[in-house]
Amino acid sequence: MRQIKGIILLTIVLTAVWLLLTGSFAAEELIVGGFVLALSLILFRRYYELFGGLRFSLKALALLPAYLILFVWELIKSNIDVASRVLRPSLPINPGIVKVKTDLKSDVGKLVLANSITLTPGTLTIDVDDDFLYIHWIDVKDSSPEAAQTRISRRFEGLLKEIVE
Amino acid sequence: MELLGHILILIGSIFSLLGAFGILRMPDIYNRLQAGTKATTLGALSLILGVGLANPAFLGKSILLILFIVLTNPISSSTIARSGRRADIPMLKNAVVDAYAEKVGKTQAAADKKRSNRADADDPQTAVKEANV
Repeated sequence: MRQIKGIILLTIVLTAVWLLLTGSFAAEELIVGGFVLALSLILFRRYYELFGGLRFSLKALALLPAYLILFVWELIKSNIDVASRVLRPSLPINPGIVKVKTDLKSDVGKLVLANSITLTPGTLTIDVDDDFLYIHWIDVKDSSPEAAQTRISRRFEGLLKEIVE
Repeated sequence: MELLGHILILIGSIFSLLGAFGILRMPDIYNRLQAGTKATTLGALSLILGVGLANPAFLGKSILLILFIVLTNPISSSTIARSGRRADIPMLKNAVVDAYAEKVGKTQAAADKKRSNRADADDPQTAVKEANV
């Protein structure tokens, strides 16, 4: 069941990507696209389960824009943060690697969380290990896993939990 | 719309330039990655979106490019940082904590154990061979 759902989902996404890339409905383009689609589906058999695990409720779709806005806002803040550190002559950094606990269970959820953390102010995900993320923090404020979770990943986890779990 | 596109292109270039400064000024690989990843991501997003707005024919493609960059850029820098840490590239001397050390240490111990197990498994065979000789 999850496999079939994965195939359908991949087909829809890949078709959309192809149409956006070629930008035309000419017969030649569609035929070539069909071949590429078939090839991609065969090559990525291993990941059907992963895609099938995604949940698509109306609530998730409604919350997705909210997550994107939060994400872009954090990305802009992170750039201003890095820029101000780089431009200050004293180069104010206080780096270290901290261990952060996460409440997310699904692989996709952890992937999105890890990516979001990498693109937010002063943090870079180094590794994911079960329930823990290892994060390089440019300005370490608190090194215990729980406190770091509050400071780094809490703001994403609430929304992500609603969307992917 | 075209003006907005040009402004976005300018902003993107400025952030890319700041990212380049960051790579030059930061003291070690991990901090350099921090500056590099964030600046190039926002810089490229802003640039590409700007091109899309300035020339609406490219808008669909530029949105697709933005999605690809947002998905792949952080993964590549995570991977570089992870490999760097595993290859024991040192952090800055005054780094505050290093929670990853215990984990890498554990992995190292596990690898050693695996190796010694394999050596044990090899032993009987060698013994048999030697007996045959």
